[in-house]
Amino acid sequence: MTVMEQRGAYRPSPPPAWQPRTDPTPLLPDAAPYRVLGTETAGKADPELLRRLYAQLVIGRRYNAQATALTKQGRLAVYPSSTGQEACEVAAALVLEDRDWLFPSYRDTLAAVVRGVDPVEALTLLRGDWHTGYDPYAHRVAPLCTPLATQLPHAVGLAHAARLKGDDVVALAIVGDGGTSEGDFHEALNFAAVWQAPVVFLVQNNGFAISVPLAKQTAAPSLAHKAVGYGMPGRLVDGNDAAAVHEVLTDAVRHARAGGGPTLVEAVTYRLEAHTNADDDKRYRADSEVDAWRDHDPIALLERELTERGWLDEAGVRAAREDAEALAADLRARLNQDPELDPMDLFDHVYAEPTPQLREQQALLRAELAAGQEGEL
Amino acid sequence: MTTVAVKPATMAQALTRALRDAMAADPSVHVMGEDVGTLGGVFRITDGLAKEFGEDRCTDTPLAEAGILGAAVGMAMYGLRPVVEMQFDAFAYPSFEQLVSHVARMRNRTRGKMPLPITIRVPYGGGIGGVEHHSDSSEAYYMATPGLHVVTPATVPDAYGLLRAAIASDDPVVFLEPKRLYWSKDVWNPDEPQSVEPIGRAVVRRSGRSATLITYGPSVPVCLEAAEAARAEGWDLEVVDLRSLVPFDDETVCASVRRTGRAVVVHESGGFGGPGGEIAARVTERCFHHLEAPVLRVAGFDIPYPPPMLERHHLPGVDRILDAVARLQWEAES
Ligand SMILES: Cc1ncc(C[n+]2csc(CCOP(=O)(O)OP(=O)(O)O)c2C)c(N)n1
Repeated sequence: MTVMEQRGAYRPSPPPAWQPRTDPTPLLPDAAPYRVLGTETAGKADPELLRRLYAQLVIGRRYNAQATALTKQGRLAVYPSSTGQEACEVAAALVLEDRDWLFPSYRDTLAAVVRGVDPVEALTLLRGDWHTGYDPYAHRVAPLCTPLATQLPHAVGLAHAARLKGDDVVALAIVGDGGTSEGDFHEALNFAAVWQAPVVFLVQNNGFAISVPLAKQTAAPSLAHKAVGYGMPGRLVDGNDAAAVHEVLTDAVRHARAGGGPTLVEAVTYRLEAHTNADDDKRYRADSEVDAWRDHDPIALLERELTERGWLDEAGVRAAREDAEALAADLRARLNQDPELDPMDLFDHVYAEPTPQLREQQALLRAELAAGQEGEL
Repeated sequence: MTTVAVKPATMAQALTRALRDAMAADPSVHVMGEDVGTLGGVFRITDGLAKEFGEDRCTDTPLAEAGILGAAVGMAMYGLRPVVEMQFDAFAYPSFEQLVSHVARMRNRTRGKMPLPITIRVPYGGGIGGVEHHSDSSEAYYMATPGLHVVTPATVPDAYGLLRAAIASDDPVVFLEPKRLYWSKDVWNPDEPQSVEPIGRAVVRRSGRSATLITYGPSVPVCLEAAEAARAEGWDLEVVDLRSLVPFDDETVCASVRRTGRAVVVHESGGFGGPGGEIAARVTERCFHHLEAPVLRVAGFDIPYPPPMLERHHLPGVDRILDAVARLQWEAES
């Protein structure tokens, strides 16, 4: 018998043990980013919630502007602004219960502030007086994370531990579009899905990882599509639509709390300012692109919806702005003071008990300081 | 006689020039990493290369250090010479698995059949006011991994010469760039033919008779400054710039110590388990009978790199070096 004859006789059949582990259809994200503002769904939203989102967005924008200004004045070493992305930051913080945990990246100081972290303490890392300025347990906000995507496995582990202990705690972790390329992103999603851990992954897709556009980051149809391969639902949402982000994240948190496992949410948004003050965004993007996104501003979108529906009046707008100014004034006043730092602290928290070697080094520095000399640059 | 007008150039410019010349000379040289294309790298070291050589030769990769180095392994297996950029010292850590398990030992695993000519450029060290994870001195990890060359320039001409040599090397080279020297200037005429330094040779930056400061990378200018300051106290210090940590130039270092009889090793990474321990031990083993005092170390503290507002207390400065020199129990010079 020739090979061709054999081939004709061959009837393909699946190997006996094979069956799909999960039906991919319900896991697939929407074809277009989910929106609420400007659609009929908005009429069914809770006006009180939308006003709360609005007030926080206005505060958030002002916070970003003030922190950026302080960076230009040399008061912060660096500030990665979330201007334009406030809807994601605010919604991420507001959907969580007190007992839940937030795992932010370096760009997410605003989410930490909205969750209750003192605005100056949230900026300590970026000011440069210490690595983490707040007690992570006080508001259940993990330290701002600079290496990309490394906070994601932490979120999975914490959520898993909470479930093992019988607590209905959810962890929400934020990562950028660039961070989704790291191995840690993959490993975190895989663990979360296998363990059915109560985690929500929020990808803030702001178009760029420093200078690299999304098209050079991934060939996936969307970042939300990545969820399907792990066996968890992916959701695609307009990241500038605060009502939509809040709704999608609320669903995901509820799903996780009820034992349904993790969700990957991709919020499509845009970084309106440079990556940080050290970055020159003129090198990699055109003003026209930035301007197009300015027309889709999260604050303007929500303000229009609220005022058109008669849910927000001038007094409401004024009140939000006044709160924002108060926060900015407080930030200015406190960050314009030089922090009082004790170099002896350098040795205090390396171990629970300093090693004899560290004690020696501490003594050396103390003697140097007493002699009025110290290691200079 | 004509005088050539020599413009000062920065270390960053010399590095860019070295990459450009290497790419022009050898079509198998490929540069890749995060933001190295359109942006030219966050420190602008790869500026203009994508434009000149195309995006296939200077490539913005997805944001994944393990992927970058792992892909470089495959590219090198197929005959290319990848030069990868790790954006900052502490962001190279995801690639350690590839580095330690494959890059460093592929030649050995394959009995010499599969050498990997990969250059890994890592901006390292502190002193630029960077926030957490932007100031690590990771040289001890690299030095402890057999199969890697580890080099670090301290001057503008060396930045050019050593990078060319690294790219030309048939072994993997971890090329540590002292980021606080990126903007340091030197008299360097880019229009002249440049010399390529062979990897593995230390150089005496300043000769002296009283003691040797053994140092490298970002600490070289600090040691030179200390040597100047020491003159006022009657100390005549020699400064040896290692340039290459692996291989290590025992000859130059020991010749110096035998002349001076005293040595201090200076670096900003932590002292415990740090490069200074290895160097002090080697010097002691080889020069014991010439030593008038134990070899001392001046290093960073054994702490995670501190926040920028406190880093000046951590980095070895002139005073700390001079104190160590004083502790060498000086005897009056005859
Ligand atoms: C492991 C690691 N590699 C590189 C960097 C340097 N880096 C800081 S931010 C950034 C871009 C991140 O982009 P994205 O994840 O999209 O987040 P975004 O900044 O846009 O919020 C890079 C490459 C880092 N912080 N961590």
